[in-house]
Amino acid sequence: MSDLTAGQAGVARIGDVQAAYMTMTRRKRMYGGVMLVVFIALMVSGFRVADGRNAGGFWDGIGNIFQFPGEVLAEAGEKIANLPGLMWTFLPSLIETINIAAASTLLGAIMAVVLSLLATRGLAKWPRLVGLFRRVMDILRAFPEIVIALVLIFILGGGPVPAMIAIALHTTGALGKLFSEVNENASLKPVEGLRSVGAGWGQRMWLGVIPQVAPNYLSYALLRFEINIRASAILGFVGSGGIGYDLKNAFSWGQGRYDEVAAIFLLLFGTIVFFDQLSGRYRNKMIGGA
Amino acid sequence: MLSIDALTKRFGQNIAVDAVSIDVDRPAMIGIIGRSGAGKSTFLRMVNRLSDATSGRIVFEGRDITALKGAEKRAWQAQCAMIFQQFNLVPRMDVVSNVLHGTLNRRSTLATMFNIYPDADIHRAIEILDRLGIADHAPKRAEALSGGQQQRVAIARALMQDPRIILADEPIASLDPMNAQIVMDALRRIHEEDGRMVIANLHTLDTARRYCDRVIGMRAGRVVFDGTPEQLTTGVARDIYGADARFSEEATSTAIETLDRERVREAEAAI
Repeated sequence: MSDLTAGQAGVARIGDVQAAYMTMTRRKRMYGGVMLVVFIALMVSGFRVADGRNAGGFWDGIGNIFQFPGEVLAEAGEKIANLPGLMWTFLPSLIETINIAAASTLLGAIMAVVLSLLATRGLAKWPRLVGLFRRVMDILRAFPEIVIALVLIFILGGGPVPAMIAIALHTTGALGKLFSEVNENASLKPVEGLRSVGAGWGQRMWLGVIPQVAPNYLSYALLRFEINIRASAILGFVGSGGIGYDLKNAFSWGQGRYDEVAAIFLLLFGTIVFFDQLSGRYRNKMIGGA
Repeated sequence: MLSIDALTKRFGQNIAVDAVSIDVDRPAMIGIIGRSGAGKSTFLRMVNRLSDATSGRIVFEGRDITALKGAEKRAWQAQCAMIFQQFNLVPRMDVVSNVLHGTLNRRSTLATMFNIYPDADIHRAIEILDRLGIADHAPKRAEALSGGQQQRVAIARALMQDPRIILADEPIASLDPMNAQIVMDALRRIHEEDGRMVIANLHTLDTARRYCDRVIGMRAGRVVFDGTPEQLTTGVARDIYGADARFSEEATSTAIETLDRERVREAEAAI
């Protein structure tokens, strides 16, 4: 082999390679160092500007940060005996909130699957319209649920249906983006195999792509479900029912109702933990070849 | 030097490696042969401590390797380099960085996160690459190299560890015959020039015969042959592979030399 007989010329050559690589490394290190300094400088100066514009000032306010939770906890602690009863009282509104979240996640995910397949290069039925479907998802994602919900409540009146539609639309946009990224990583070989037997677009997607991407779809959809439980609770503040409405009432009464606030937070926390555990279990089952 | 005593690995009901005992008194080049599923990979992974043994002991120079934990275990892994069938490099990092990964056990996490290594190590990495004939590719991304070149980068990473033992798990199984020969030549040279012990899982008999001082045959987790390449007759090979009389060594061969005319005719006749 030629490298075995490396003589003087070989020594000179390896010296060149070493020198060239060292120059490259030093340049990379310098860029890295400069970036780090710029980053720290921007963080510090940005914080100072923001703090200067703040009404109260960060350092004056930071001491009070635990004051409100402290009040809530203190009052809840005094009335700890009421908590189980209150949680039972609020259970129906919690179920309404979860229902809104579940229905909107399901609807949104179904629409997201279709949109994402149409917006993935290499899989799309109409390759020219990929950009259009992507923009549609961008628009759906751009409007916060609360804005859509306010408009719909104005049109349809208060209640769970406007909230459900609002969250479903936002979910479609958000999940569609994530799903289409998953689709991009799917192998095209099974799709080609199905194309070779004369399968249509729907068949190729359903039988060739979905089995590959289903576990990832599921895990993103379950994460979205958690987010939607919170979103649906917040929409209660603007009049769409559920546990958010109760939370708003409890908050606006101020002192004297903090035990209710604590009960509602405990319920929400428990719900999120419960669904997190559930989603983990189902995802493992699905990946485990079931 | 290296003494393995009744090493066993169970996966549920299956026994992947069944009471394997091997003694090695001096640095040798050892080939392990056997068909896929014979437990060769599992065995090497246990020696490197990538997976834990169910029972049995691995003793290297008086030290019980199977009992090591935490930092001591990682220090052993640094002394016992591993080369994989699919190279297992970081594809998006440059070749020299991949080779420098061989020093990770000696470096702090913070310094390595920013890819900061001593200049002396960088020079040594490039010298090792030059020894393997791929110094010109030093600044390229690992994924831009061909399979044979990537495997040589993996060998360079192993050499950067300055290991006592090099374990190679099917190092040439995903390479074409030409590159397979380059990689096997490199491993043999490392063994002869540096005096390092090399244990390689091989799936072809002729490679084992040609490059190894000692051949171990495994079948269904057990050692069924342990001797010199000369003792490895066709009958023994049939036993290891569980094949019948139609078994022809050349038919499993990946080497270039065996493809001369006469043997091709023989192989055709055998089919």
